Amino acid sequence: MSLSTVEAIAGDLPPEDPAVKGIQGRTPLQLVVARLRTDRVAIISIVVILLIIILAIAAPLIAGITGHGATDANVDTGTDASGQPLPPGSAGYLLGTDNLGRDILVRIAYGARVSLLVGVLATAIATIVGVVVGLFAGYFGGWLDGILARIMDVVLSFPYVLFAIVLVSVFGSSLPLVILVIAFFSFAAIGRIVRGQALSQREKEYVEAAHSLGAGNLRIMFVDILPNLVAPVIVLATLLIPTAIIFEATLSFLGLGVTPPTPSWGNMLSDAEGVGFQAWWFYIFPMLFLLLTTLAFNLLGDAVRDALDPRAERIFAARRKKAA
Amino acid sequence: MTRFLIRRIVFGLITLWVIITLVFVLYYARPGVDPARELAGRAVTPALLENINKEYGFNLPVIVQYWNYLKRLVPIPGQFNLGTSNVNRLPVTTIIAQAVPIDISLAVGSAILWMVLGISVGVLAARRPRSLWDRGATVFVLTGVSMPTFILGLLLLYVLYYLLTIHGIAIFPKPGSWTPFTQNPLEWAHDLLLPWITLALITAATYSRLTRSSLLETLGEDYIRTARAKGLSERRVVYRHGLRSSLTPIVTQFGIDLATVLGGAIITESIFGLPGLGLTVVQAIEVENLPVVIGIVLVASFFVVAANIVVDALYAVLDPRVRVS
Repeated sequence: MSLSTVEAIAGDLPPEDPAVKGIQGRTPLQLVVARLRTDRVAIISIVVILLIIILAIAAPLIAGITGHGATDANVDTGTDASGQPLPPGSAGYLLGTDNLGRDILVRIAYGARVSLLVGVLATAIATIVGVVVGLFAGYFGGWLDGILARIMDVVLSFPYVLFAIVLVSVFGSSLPLVILVIAFFSFAAIGRIVRGQALSQREKEYVEAAHSLGAGNLRIMFVDILPNLVAPVIVLATLLIPTAIIFEATLSFLGLGVTPPTPSWGNMLSDAEGVGFQAWWFYIFPMLFLLLTTLAFNLLGDAVRDALDPRAERIFAARRKKAA
Repeated sequence: MTRFLIRRIVFGLITLWVIITLVFVLYYARPGVDPARELAGRAVTPALLENINKEYGFNLPVIVQYWNYLKRLVPIPGQFNLGTSNVNRLPVTTIIAQAVPIDISLAVGSAILWMVLGISVGVLAARRPRSLWDRGATVFVLTGVSMPTFILGLLLLYVLYYLLTIHGIAIFPKPGSWTPFTQNPLEWAHDLLLPWITLALITAATYSRLTRSSLLETLGEDYIRTARAKGLSERRVVYRHGLRSSLTPIVTQFGIDLATVLGGAIITESIFGLPGLGLTVVQAIEVENLPVVIGIVLVASFFVVAANIVVDALYAVLDPRVRVS
């Protein structure tokens, strides 16, 4: 039966029952978006993430308005008479200044760029590598799976901070290296899940059907199987972003990530540690922004998981029902 | 069971060998790098370079160097040699031996805390899904996974040490305090309390999540219904039947985390100024003390591989199904 005969038969059907007319078919994407829109936590996280993205984009603008560059040491206005950093609310410095008289607000805005860039790029690389490795391992099985799965186990079980700082110490710290190192230690988390899913998907009838139609292995892996794995991959990728952001902040905090004076939330905190707790604003603001960002991404990841898989435990859905 | 364990030990040894080889390539045989110069560190003199070249044989063919390097790592007294620090000329093994007690102390205390905290929060959440407890547990978990270790450590220091101390309530010691257990066990625990709490709170979140999902899944299985139908008390059902088989993913995670702390809790040690392997390696990197860095990386890798083997053995004890495979 060809497609045109199906249409012909559909055309012969009696006119639709008026009661059915009000019901519209929805694509899975529409369903997910609809579920997310009713999830207050998801909405708040998206708003927070958008605000931080705006902050990052507007960083040069903020620098322009305040008149302070991110790396400018404002020796004249940025410190008090005894050379101490200014508290928040001081003239011209909304969030105060650091030990060199640099504007903390401007530095935080530029730090947001680093965090988001590392978070998104490292996750993108890790996701692509993880999906490819996972698909190959799960689809082909056998010795290839044995080796790839073992490699992923090893990568997952290693103290990644130690190995990251070793690599950075050998090759010198730079942003691209930091991104690659983070991607390397994250791909296995996705690869392992994709492998497991691919293992079960390859036994399905549609794969057999594709085989019998003469589809090649690559086509089956990436055209037939991959779309079925999109949901878990999206969830994992969303949850990898905060992990990557924390990773970068940690490396920068240890002095092995973004090289000063370029601001990153991590190296701002390491500068703060050198000053001491009297300048509490020097600590609190980078901490706050870092925590807000990672928390928002984690909450969003959880919400996306719930929206993609309504069967899973939905804690917040229960509360919504009660409220309705 | 024996075959399973032997296979795992062989896998572990292969992993260890791969890491040892990678370290060799990275530090000694990277193209365009003079390993003697790297090992010498900052206080470099021609005589020192010659000494190092003689000791390590860097003018020999690479394959011979590799063989000698492997021989130095065979754990036989007299042969095992991790080199000497290029800063104070102490043997690297001595430096590691001084640092390890701190990591063991850190690991013991924080592991007890995070296991108790993580598993109890997870059990509470799983026993009453969607309850207030469960929602509280979710908040705990999400905060834990979103919180970078150094932020929690700095916050604890700020509130519990700095704020309390400037108000005259000096309960917690200042960062950098360390008393060996053998010297004064009470003082030992007192000095380590904040680092323990830091590590435990960060790590416990993972365990709560694992326990909750694993226990929820187990409690839905047929044999749990059977146990309930037999008339066993709820406590017995949950703890004896449910929790036991939910423990396998937790044991895996525990092995990895314990080994990581033993190999150096880098961030926690840096913040609280504890001279364990983690702080030692960070300081060694700063002053280009390569022999110490290499030594600690190798020791940490050994801990991880060993922990994985122990975990696999425990697995077989906990879950009878593993023994057959």
